[in-house]
Amino acid sequence: MNRNILVCGVGGQGTVLCSRLIASAFMAEGEQVHSAETIGMAQRGGSVTSHIRVGAGAFSPLIPDGRGDLILAFEPAEAVRNLNYLKPDGIVIVNSQPVKPVTESLRKTGYDGTQMLSFLQEHYHKTYVVDSHEVCRQFGSLKFFNIIILGVACGLGVLGVGKDTVVAEIEKIVKEKFVEVNKKAFAAGFLLGEHYVTDR
Amino acid sequence: MKKEYVMGNSAIAIGALCSGVKMVAGYPGTPSTEIIETIFHVPHEGVHLEWSVNEKAAMEVCASASYAGFRSLVTMKQVGLNVASDPLLSLAYVGVKGGMVIVVADDPGPISSQTEQDTRRFAQFARIPVFDPASPEQAFEMVQDAFALSEKYHTPVILRPTTRVCHGYATIEFDESYAPKDAEGFIKDSSRWVIFPKLSARNHELIEKRNAVLAAEFSTYRFNTVWGSANHGHRAVFASGISFSYAREYLNEHQDVTLVQVGTAFPFPQDFAKKILEDCEEVLCLEELSPLVEEALLQTAGRYQLKVRIRGKLTGDVPHAGELSVNLCAKILDSFFGTEHRQEVPFVSDDVPPLPVRPPVLCSGCPHRGAFYAVKVAMRKKKAYYCGDIGCYTLGNAQPLDMVDTCLCMGAGITMSQGLCHVDSEAVSFAFIGDSTFFASGITGIVNAIYNEANIIVCILDNATTAMTGHQPHPGTGFNLMGRYVDKLSIEKVLEGLGVQKIVLADPANLKASVAAVKECAKLKGVKAIIFRSPCVSIVKSVDKCVITDKCKDCGICIKQLGCPAVITRKDRTVIDESLCVGCSLCAQICPYKAIEKVKHE
Repeated sequence: MNRNILVCGVGGQGTVLCSRLIASAFMAEGEQVHSAETIGMAQRGGSVTSHIRVGAGAFSPLIPDGRGDLILAFEPAEAVRNLNYLKPDGIVIVNSQPVKPVTESLRKTGYDGTQMLSFLQEHYHKTYVVDSHEVCRQFGSLKFFNIIILGVACGLGVLGVGKDTVVAEIEKIVKEKFVEVNKKAFAAGFLLGEHYVTDR
Repeated sequence: MKKEYVMGNSAIAIGALCSGVKMVAGYPGTPSTEIIETIFHVPHEGVHLEWSVNEKAAMEVCASASYAGFRSLVTMKQVGLNVASDPLLSLAYVGVKGGMVIVVADDPGPISSQTEQDTRRFAQFARIPVFDPASPEQAFEMVQDAFALSEKYHTPVILRPTTRVCHGYATIEFDESYAPKDAEGFIKDSSRWVIFPKLSARNHELIEKRNAVLAAEFSTYRFNTVWGSANHGHRAVFASGISFSYAREYLNEHQDVTLVQVGTAFPFPQDFAKKILEDCEEVLCLEELSPLVEEALLQTAGRYQLKVRIRGKLTGDVPHAGELSVNLCAKILDSFFGTEHRQEVPFVSDDVPPLPVRPPVLCSGCPHRGAFYAVKVAMRKKKAYYCGDIGCYTLGNAQPLDMVDTCLCMGAGITMSQGLCHVDSEAVSFAFIGDSTFFASGITGIVNAIYNEANIIVCILDNATTAMTGHQPHPGTGFNLMGRYVDKLSIEKVLEGLGVQKIVLADPANLKASVAAVKECAKLKGVKAIIFRSPCVSIVKSVDKCVITDKCKDCGICIKQLGCPAVITRKDRTVIDESLCVGCSLCAQICPYKAIEKVKHE
């Protein structure tokens, strides 16, 4: 299998755990995986990306432009920022809730994410919008969005690894006391993905 | 055997442990930091592990351990080698007994560094071998090869990964039963371990002879290899480091291309390269940073009078600055082979909405903000210079604080403020330096200031950690990597011992007192120091937060003056983002309407 998945968001949103689970799930299914993380100055409040590359022909840790199969975006503008990595018919799963830049209060741009979402929906017919506030409500914290979005991708059948494999990796990787709630979050996302109907 | 999916830096760390390393020292710096952090977190019984005070110290600590026959590993980022170049260049002459590998991580881009320098040049300059891995897997293998080579030829060896190798993840397989290699210990021999002109002259000759032997040995080295077709239309592509991995993806779709990896740029495997060049009319060289391999190929072609055209950076085919990528390499290769470039145009249309910029800023509640703001307030309408330094506090340059006028290299703020004070006695010259940077390279600058009668105010932003690189301990934190609690080095006692007459302690969260401290120091001649002491918000859990009351008139002064990420506008009202606020209360202290209150987190 050859598959390129990009996870993006803003520092502190939990993209790293999400990408780690994806990488290890593919490996559990016997695939060769390479990945790369943004590390350094950009971590706090800046744009962050994780590149996951599955398959024996992948040598660069970063996804080449236009080769990405799937973008999991934790923030609308970050989805758009990373579109250069996506195939023209690639899939975008995007959180509708914006994270305003920390400098927004100083230089008002009026950014609220809606422009980004309509751009995505207009140009990428495989765009799936997920409202993190709504889906996280039952879990009492936005922190679980990283697992929910993984569930959505899996439920939509676009992740490339099986549901049971991901669940097994959650059991292996997540801290013990958070395993149950993360499994529930994944299941909720999975259900959402399965029943997703584009509103376009 | 254990299989593990790890970051390139961890692969290097584990490779070193599997080589029986006994002594590991380094100084934090992106993208090299995780090498030592990995060793700290995995089993490493019997290994001496330290964050040294700077790279020069790390190099010297390891050098003597290798004199004694033990294997040692030094880690740093590329600019760190500038600091450690003094011991390195001499050590190259003296040599070692136990294997010594110096990992220097380069940062093409640059992504989080001051320079785009090429450590392979340093190796060439010091006349010592350098390994250039193309992937985390190769880095794991090469660090082990480097130890063996170092011991065989009694020379320090450099391993030069770049950011994409350091921070890329891959699977490695290793034997967990590693242990430090034993050695006979230091055997006194002043004719060997004491550098004198005579020794240097003798060894210089030997080193050049050895390098010729090494170049021959590297000609059959397992990472100097030919990939793809044996000879495609009298053209070949040479690639070094991560560029080789990028070019390999080109090979996926162009199997007829001859691709040559040069895993050891110095000593250059000339015999190996010559054989390929002899059959070629034209070759292309893909490498980041500097055209080192390209120059070596030109040299080889010149020496043997080969009729081959060498293309690369020097011919304008490959850019000098910035990173390469799969796409960029494909474009360059298509043009080299004269094939039409199949631009895989990603579908991004022209009407992309303007993207919000997310520049790095000081965290909400960061104590540095209070320190910068206090100096700014105290110096209002006065002429002042602000010399910054390397660390989180470089971000004090951003609006609205705008409190960094210069930033050059580690420790330079203290000495640069002296230059400005000597040429402009009317202004007040400030230096800002963090606690870790102060220990690394600030102290000699203070000595210089006192001796040469500078009039400066040194602001030491003591947040009790090395924050920018991910919170490493340092001499002032009272904890070291041997897992021991040790005496904390007191910054004020160091300053006092050096002869600083005026030393003031200030809490950056207390604006009034901080401003008073700055004003008081500004009146005095000589070297003054203000220690702004408050821990990094990322290492302490805050119990406080600030809230805005109905007294708020939405004047926006808090936002415009401080630029704290926690103070935002929502539906045209000024609000505090509770999830970000740590209750430093700086905004409350400047609010003209006293509309901000500090409360306890629920």
